[in-house]
Amino acid sequence: MAVFDDPLRRDHQMTLAERFWHINWGLLLVIAAIAGLGFAMLYSAAGGDWDPWAKRQLIRFGGAFGLFFICAMIDIRFWFRCAYLIYFGAFMLLVAVELFGSVGMGAQRWIDLKVMQLQPSEVMKVALVLVLARYFHGLQVTEVRRIGPLIWPILLVLAPVALVLKQPDLGTAAMLAMAAGAMFMIAGVRWWKFALVGAAAAAAVPVIWNFLRSYQKERVLTFLNPERDPLGAGYHIMQSQIALGSGGVTGKGFLAGTQSHLNFLPEKQTDFIFTMLAEEFGMIGGLILLGLYFIIFVYGFAIAFRARNHFGRLLAAGLTVNLFLYVFINIAMVMGLLPVVGVPLPLISYGGTAMLTVMISLGIISSVSVHKDVRIPRRGPSDGW
Amino acid sequence: MGTTPPNDEQERDKTFTRRSLIVGGGMTALLSTLVARMYYLQVIEADRFLTMAEENRINLRLIRPSRGKILDRFGEPLAVNRQNFRALIVAEDAGEVEETLDRFSQIVAIDQETRDRIIRDIRRKRKFVPVTMRDNLTWDQVSRLEVNAPNLPGITIEVGETRHYPYRSLTSQVIGHVGAVSEKELTGDPVLELPGFRIGKKGVERQNDLALRGTAGRRQVEVNAMGRVIRELNRDDALPGSDTVLTIDAKLQVFAQQRMMGEKSASAVVMDVHTGEVLALASVPSFDPELFVRGLSTQEWRNLINDPLGPLNNKAISGLYNPGSTFKMLVAIAALESGIGPGYTVYCPGHMRLGNHRFHCWRRWGHGKLDMRDALKQSCDVWYYDVAWKVGIEKIAEVARRFGLGERVGIDLPGERGGVVPTKAWKLANIGEPWQGGETLVNAIGQGFVLTSPLQLAVMTARLVNGGKAVTPRLTRGFHLEDPLAREQPPVQGPFPDIGVSEHHLALMRDAMDAVVNERRGTARGSKIEEEGFEMGGKTGTSQVRRITKEERAAGVIKNEDLPWHRRDHALFVGYAPTKSPRYCCSVVVEHGGGGSKAAAPIARDLLLEAQKRDPINRAGVRVVSLGSPSQGS
Repeated sequence: MAVFDDPLRRDHQMTLAERFWHINWGLLLVIAAIAGLGFAMLYSAAGGDWDPWAKRQLIRFGGAFGLFFICAMIDIRFWFRCAYLIYFGAFMLLVAVELFGSVGMGAQRWIDLKVMQLQPSEVMKVALVLVLARYFHGLQVTEVRRIGPLIWPILLVLAPVALVLKQPDLGTAAMLAMAAGAMFMIAGVRWWKFALVGAAAAAAVPVIWNFLRSYQKERVLTFLNPERDPLGAGYHIMQSQIALGSGGVTGKGFLAGTQSHLNFLPEKQTDFIFTMLAEEFGMIGGLILLGLYFIIFVYGFAIAFRARNHFGRLLAAGLTVNLFLYVFINIAMVMGLLPVVGVPLPLISYGGTAMLTVMISLGIISSVSVHKDVRIPRRGPSDGW
Repeated sequence: MGTTPPNDEQERDKTFTRRSLIVGGGMTALLSTLVARMYYLQVIEADRFLTMAEENRINLRLIRPSRGKILDRFGEPLAVNRQNFRALIVAEDAGEVEETLDRFSQIVAIDQETRDRIIRDIRRKRKFVPVTMRDNLTWDQVSRLEVNAPNLPGITIEVGETRHYPYRSLTSQVIGHVGAVSEKELTGDPVLELPGFRIGKKGVERQNDLALRGTAGRRQVEVNAMGRVIRELNRDDALPGSDTVLTIDAKLQVFAQQRMMGEKSASAVVMDVHTGEVLALASVPSFDPELFVRGLSTQEWRNLINDPLGPLNNKAISGLYNPGSTFKMLVAIAALESGIGPGYTVYCPGHMRLGNHRFHCWRRWGHGKLDMRDALKQSCDVWYYDVAWKVGIEKIAEVARRFGLGERVGIDLPGERGGVVPTKAWKLANIGEPWQGGETLVNAIGQGFVLTSPLQLAVMTARLVNGGKAVTPRLTRGFHLEDPLAREQPPVQGPFPDIGVSEHHLALMRDAMDAVVNERRGTARGSKIEEEGFEMGGKTGTSQVRRITKEERAAGVIKNEDLPWHRRDHALFVGYAPTKSPRYCCSVVVEHGGGGSKAAAPIARDLLLEAQKRDPINRAGVRVVSLGSPSQGS
């Protein structure tokens, strides 16, 4: 094994076998544990049946698992080179969905690929982190601290955010913006600039309010006061909190969640699956899941700290923040801390695109881990790879 | 590489590390808020949310209690529950609703209107909610539906209960009827809000409603968000209402109603003189209680309430009449108690003059010389004018009150009216004029202000012949208790207090009333009971409806039969039997029937004879239902 640890060799080419053995197996174990919990919850959501959700999710996970390995073993310099290309591709998909996409739930989000429903905004979540990591990789600290060099990355962020907002998908747009903000922060942009943007955003709230669709306004108002309309829009939030709260510390037992199984809980197989878990397994179950996610985040940052190239560090940190946003927004939403937005719970919620995005993200994080000692010059890799 | 100064590289590393730690710290802080929120929801507020979750899923449904039966004194059912078969359809199980309806209508005919209603209900309600297709299926239809069940998916038969009165209009004056609960009758008892729940509206059904009603059961079911029942969690069965046993003898009641059927409007009471048990309480015309069970049309309802003969009124307790000569026993007792002996004689020339006013006897040519016994036997008005003038209206009123007149006697049946026993103070208070001497005479022969109900007359008669005991009437004998703690038995009647009339005076009255029926020249001689040991005594009465003017009298009083019906006199009779040891009393009022001897006495005779013949002592093989034994009826 000593051979693999030779920095000089890693700096150049690694064999596939080397890369395979350097995949972070601990991380993989945690991923499998979370996914396993997910299958159990989907099994329960169907009233104790592998159909219609658990089985299909299992098959998807198998596919996504393969993708994870592929992404993990792809040379980090490939990701560096292709960052703009991937971003451009994702951006074109967003434009395409605007033009030809299917309308679901009052918003244009999907492209029908026959095999699966593709949600370009999900792809953009990865692509945006990639492109920002690549851009900030090329900047010196002094440049990051100036305003001029920030104009281009800001445009890179605003363009997809605007398109996603137009769909309209408030949750995803906010996630994109927040992930990007975190990358700016990690890259070293001055604090006062964030303060400025924050102030500007606060000032823009009334303006944005006017652009919101009525159902979005409804959701925000309902979030602020769920009892406002307990049988209408507030119903989901109320029922979700009842389900959570009634689970207590130890839960009602597997397959025994009354709120979920008697259909008081909406969308229990997708956005509200955490509620179901917390109802059936109680606070203990909820804490275990949060703990597993926390381990993933720790892995993500640990990988970022270990990476020797700035691109990899930014990439791993950015993708980890992205995963964190999924988890936080979803759980905060079902607990009534955030308005109802369509953000799935990674690896648990039923759904294809999100599963792919999450597994690809985790794959790329692993790729950073595998290629932690690879050096990438500021202007890009100069070797012939 | 190489172009970048090393210190910039280090600076960038340091910035990255610092900023990453800050972002990571922020993430940890946000995750902590999730944990805190989880703690708040699942630990601090867990009980509240658990309650809400249970409220969500658990639905309390009431189970309708079965209404208690009403039985006569021998256990004969007077009000029972009949099974009502209903066909229900559950849309989600029915497949093609239209086709299923077609097949159903081949067995049970349904008109287009019903069909439209069913389809409308199915559309309006959730798919799993049963919709009533038809009520009151016959047993034949039910069995054919059951046989064809495989072709009728989603159709189920439900058994409900409807009230049924086997004797219909013959007992409805006593039993009353049940009906839908009105807004005013809601007391907060949730059972009253069950669709189709019926409560007692009239008669015994109303009087004993709480006992008959029973206690609703409770069923806890788990429902889902749509309200569909998933399973039953818990069940407390309903406690059926107590069967109520009446003092009524159904056969005698039927006999009484049928005996009076020939009259336009009449009522009668047969009562046990010692216990106050009412054996028959008849009033014609009557009404069919089943009409109320199935629901009356507006027209039918109007016809009933606008009928001048008042079929909905139980005239035996709510009809008020001048008692006429049936009042005379009380005047005689007032006289006896005022020191006027039974030998006191008065000469009756056919009228009595008071001031410049003449008070006529019913017999224009007079009775001649009469003592107390003859005066009662022949019902001479002049004797009573004379005596009343001497004892005064206050004394007469005092005696009348002791015999139960002038206020409700308190039968356990709604709708009783109290009547009037006039005094000077009463007239001043109610009419606003001072008492006039002549009015004492008029009221002494039971005309004028004095008003009594047939029930009061029966009570009066009972007190005359039972040894002067203050007997009061009652209809409820007891309950067959399903739940002994929940209901109270009616208080045991008696021993009744003494009304303070000397036995000697009462014996004189009994003897005189005996003479009325059983002696020559007695006014009810024509209604004598010939059967040995069943003889009755009594008193006739005629209550004037019109005032006979001087001119009319001069021209010759028009015979009752020649008057229009509504202006004819009311005929009354009070009687008791057997004369040797009185057991039953009876009062009969035939509205506009003419003279008491002709119209009322024969009815009373038949009722008293029938009552005695039906007495278990006088017939073999009949067992009286003893309280507490299980019911015999169906």
